[in-house]
Amino acid sequence: MAAPIITVEHLTKRYILRHQQAPRYTALRDVLTDKARTLFRRRAPRTTTEEFLALDDVSFTVNAGDRVGIIGRNGAGKSTLLKVLSRIVEPTKGRIIIEGRVASLLEVGTGFHPELTGRENIFLNGSILGMGRAEIAAKFDEIVAFAEVEQFLDTPVKRYSSGMYVRLAFAVAAHLEPEILIVDEVLAVGDAAFQRKCLGKMESVAGEGRTVLFVSHQMDAVQRLCNKGLLLHKGQLIAAGPMEKVVDRYLQHSITTATDLKFAPPVDPVPAAFTTTLRIEDQHGQPLPEVPIGSPWQARIGFTVEKPLDGFVIALGISTLLDLPIRTSWSLARPIDPGRYEAIFVNDGIHLTAGPYKLVIGLSDQGRTLQYVPDQATLSISDISTLTNDTRIVNSKSGLLINQMTTRIQRLA
Amino acid sequence: MNKYRIVLEPGSADRHYWRDLWNYRGLFGFLAWRDILVRYKQTAIGIAWSVVRPLLTLGVMAFIGWLFESKLPGNVPRLLLVGAATLPWTFFSTAFSEASNSLIANSNLLTKVYFPRLIVPISTVIVCLIDFLISFVILLVLMVIYQFAPDVRILFLPLFLLLALVTSIGSGLLIAALNVKYRDFRYIVPFIVQFGLYVSPVAFSSSDIYDSERIPEVLKFIYALNPMVGVIDGFRWCILGGETALYVPGFLLSIGISAALLIIGIRYFRKTERGFADVI
Repeated sequence: MAAPIITVEHLTKRYILRHQQAPRYTALRDVLTDKARTLFRRRAPRTTTEEFLALDDVSFTVNAGDRVGIIGRNGAGKSTLLKVLSRIVEPTKGRIIIEGRVASLLEVGTGFHPELTGRENIFLNGSILGMGRAEIAAKFDEIVAFAEVEQFLDTPVKRYSSGMYVRLAFAVAAHLEPEILIVDEVLAVGDAAFQRKCLGKMESVAGEGRTVLFVSHQMDAVQRLCNKGLLLHKGQLIAAGPMEKVVDRYLQHSITTATDLKFAPPVDPVPAAFTTTLRIEDQHGQPLPEVPIGSPWQARIGFTVEKPLDGFVIALGISTLLDLPIRTSWSLARPIDPGRYEAIFVNDGIHLTAGPYKLVIGLSDQGRTLQYVPDQATLSISDISTLTNDTRIVNSKSGLLINQMTTRIQRLA
Repeated sequence: MNKYRIVLEPGSADRHYWRDLWNYRGLFGFLAWRDILVRYKQTAIGIAWSVVRPLLTLGVMAFIGWLFESKLPGNVPRLLLVGAATLPWTFFSTAFSEASNSLIANSNLLTKVYFPRLIVPISTVIVCLIDFLISFVILLVLMVIYQFAPDVRILFLPLFLLLALVTSIGSGLLIAALNVKYRDFRYIVPFIVQFGLYVSPVAFSSSDIYDSERIPEVLKFIYALNPMVGVIDGFRWCILGGETALYVPGFLLSIGISAALLIIGIRYFRKTERGFADVI
């Protein structure tokens, strides 16, 4: 096995946060007055500062030809890592050794100038990304064809639609030929067809044996493209290895946001029964911040009963974000004594497509509503499938419900 | 060993810097080209501005010189006397102010792409140099109109142009780097440029100062500290020839100060450059 193409050792990036409503930049006046003050008083800190470790002792290696997906919640340090690797910011501690040319695409269309034409911007952007004039000229036709902007080459890009703009920008970057390509969440833009095209291009780049580092929140894209994964959490590297495992860790590990939703206790008048908690979990009772598409899940709702009731019913409804009700389930009416209870609603084989949904909870007694909780709880179905359920999902964008109807084909003649 | 090997450590950027600058040399031209292309977009008279602007400055300066009866050396027409000074002064003032603002104007690049940051201010100076060449053609036309033939000293002109370049790059780099952290310089720069016009021999000539009996020696020395005095005197000496004299001690002082500015500018720029993306 060849030596690693990227070696990162104990990489730390520290930022100093100033706790003051200070302007984003320092004014000379502040420095001078601070200096003056410290002359008179021994120590007069005007601001309290706090250290913030955007990256905290991160070490890993990447081998040539690896396609590395970097995942983590917002603020985990992914973008900082890419900026350090791209040499835009300097590490505070640690060491990085890179054996090859790096091209980074941290933003779509860096350096595009709105007044310049498409043709001019291809040259400008290419040279900013590190291509020579001859190299750009040689690839020019290919770039234009990829971006599908032939007709508008001599139009200023400020007149472009946002889709055209993004296509052109990605096309330039995609035709770089470095040994190492660093790509930040750039596929979040553009329509689905173009996203597929970009991913395809990145796959072929990787296929040519080049190394790709890719940050994305789209798990299906990361899983499709990458063979290795890095999981960052609050600046620390908490998992590295095969992509599947890292994604699993990301989903399972409770590093994600709190999975138990606690409802504020109702006030004045306190209903005879009210909900206290909600948790979405898998069939074994493990909490799930996001439900993998096609996987079984259940909702565990905690509630408190204050007075004895004769015909208590608890209901759970699921609706889209546009308040289109999809399904509502009721418990059977029963008498109930005061106390704390939980109800478990098991989702039994109806599979929703990926996305966020609203959960609505209702408590009633003999047809009278005791409490109605419409807008507090959400269910999110992630587009990462666990492999066991994969076969039944033909196309996750084909409808709200992904269960398949039974289909028969009969020969008639 | 891989020739593209890069080691990133705190404070290590220096090792690859000059090699990188060479690898990215194409970017000097591209950034300058962008600024030139963009500048006159959506203007009615377009590129004609680069002729109109120096002509207007020239006219105003010549008028002020005439108003205050600044002395003319020999039979040099006033427009040429003023022109030989307006050219380098305009070059310096635009190059200095554009370079000072260049990093902030390109902050979107600094935070998203790596390249040696020196390229940004220097490419703006290149744009100003092109403006200078255009206005130099105007001066040549004026010389033809006045039937004024320069003597052999004009061959030294590139040396003085180099001095002007050194002065503007040195001061531009210093202020550009300071500007990233202290935006105060955004307000200081126009003031320096405005003030500089009054203390540089644009509307008048240096002999008005040096030959005056009214002005104390110490003020003459302070006057000579301004590096643009050396540049402008040099331009006049080259272009106008004949009667114009070059005040040598003052000129040497200018060279020294320009060189010092360049060294300080590059040093400070290089020292703070690594933090630009964090601060800007």
